[in-house]
Amino acid sequence: MRLPNFPQPLARVLRRLPALPASASLVALLNLVAWKSLKDLDWAPLRGRRFCVHLRDTGLRAYFSVSRHGFVTEVNEQADVTFTATTEDFARLALRVDDPDTLFFNRRLLIEGNTDLGLRVKNMLDAVELETVMQHLPAALSRVVANVRLKAQQREIAGAH
Amino acid sequence: MLPEPLLELICPAGSLPALKAAVDHGADGVYLGLKDNTNARNFSGLNFDEKSLAEGIRYAQAKGRKVLMALNTYPQPATLSRWHAAVDKATELGVDAVILADPGLMAYANRTHPDLRLHLSVQGSATSYEAVNFYRERFGIRRAVLPRVLSLPQVENVIRNTEAEIELFGFGGLCVMVEGRCLLSSYACGDSPNTFGACSPGHAVRWQQTDKGMETRLNGILIDRYADNEKAGYPTLCKGRFEVQGDTYYALEEPTSLNTLEMLPEMHRLGVAAIKIEGRQRSPAYVAQVTQVWRAAIDAVKKSAATFAVQPAWHAQLDKISEGSMHTLGAYYRPWK
Ligand code: SF4
Repeated sequence: MRLPNFPQPLARVLRRLPALPASASLVALLNLVAWKSLKDLDWAPLRGRRFCVHLRDTGLRAYFSVSRHGFVTEVNEQADVTFTATTEDFARLALRVDDPDTLFFNRRLLIEGNTDLGLRVKNMLDAVELETVMQHLPAALSRVVANVRLKAQQREIAGAH
Repeated sequence: MLPEPLLELICPAGSLPALKAAVDHGADGVYLGLKDNTNARNFSGLNFDEKSLAEGIRYAQAKGRKVLMALNTYPQPATLSRWHAAVDKATELGVDAVILADPGLMAYANRTHPDLRLHLSVQGSATSYEAVNFYRERFGIRRAVLPRVLSLPQVENVIRNTEAEIELFGFGGLCVMVEGRCLLSSYACGDSPNTFGACSPGHAVRWQQTDKGMETRLNGILIDRYADNEKAGYPTLCKGRFEVQGDTYYALEEPTSLNTLEMLPEMHRLGVAAIKIEGRQRSPAYVAQVTQVWRAAIDAVKKSAATFAVQPAWHAQLDKISEGSMHTLGAYYRPWK
């Protein structure tokens, strides 16, 4: 699967932005596309924990925690655990095309800080059914995602037979 | 005489979506565990609670597939009731079998639920037919999972001398030290598979990108450092690089995966009851991909063992998702024997 790369000038602009607006926009995006399908998970053990998602290709780092009402930007830019991968690889993980261990073996995913916390998040997300996520996506986005996933999977299967 | 080859495909499920992926892609059975140290994949956030277990059993059995529940750690005195409650729950919800390692727990299962089908876990570490037959005579185990340390002639010797069905690991991470007997993890961090339910539990593992490369530490002990272009392995001591007489290398085992596709005709001839796929800690994407390949391979060998040939695409697909991205036949193939 090839997802569009960030155009270089855009990446450069993104890198120069102070962390806060970048965090804030990523967090807003997460709340929009993912919170509805994730809100019923058992977040209690993760209350007060701070996460960082680091997009290797754009250099963007988003710091956030999880509250009762959704993801919240962490203003002081500190994290208990940091996930680092490219935007495309995060998308492949979210779409369940790749599994995190494969990306880890291939050095495309790095989990730094509190490993147990990182594994807990990974396992919690794995336990969410993709259909649930899709149902809660805004309709237009849901169609795009289904399409991209289908194409990526067809390519994987073509390789397997 | 050798038994009829059942050659069931038994796939790992660490979550409900993984279970569904296994069933949808052709597993004959799945194995799973509860969210605690009653099983040997006790990782935070992984595994089943009562609700997801009930739904998983319903989903699999509605399609004629089996659910095997791993209760394969050794109960600790202070918390024994947890293991007993888990056996009761498994029976109540209607799993097809429980996979046990501890003889005390087998006795409890026999006493309390005489009809419950018992499998001997790999953690029970039975490597001879005498050991397998002991568990069969005393506790009526119906199937034994053999450790990944026997060669195929040794496996044949076990099969020829027991009534118990024999299940073999076919694919996945390699635990080299007669599972159930390795204390390396305990040595480094105090927790081992038999008691805590995990080798290298997350709380003891730290990964860090440094100027010299990515470092893996287990309870502060440096066990490996990877250059940027090197593949990484699981943070287990057996797959660490250590300095031995001035040389730093994989002194115990290289990070590789077991892959026995090419031995399928021989396993078929021996009357192996089931092939087990390792990896309850992995995601639904992995389960879907491995199950798909192994379903195709087992169907092919059952159709015609004589003309069975491993498709290059199968290897390519499996290598992609393997630890170390290379595969080995493990101990099954020992040409010098
Ligand atoms: S250290 Fe290696 S051999 Fe020992 S239990 Fe862990 S994975 Fe198995």
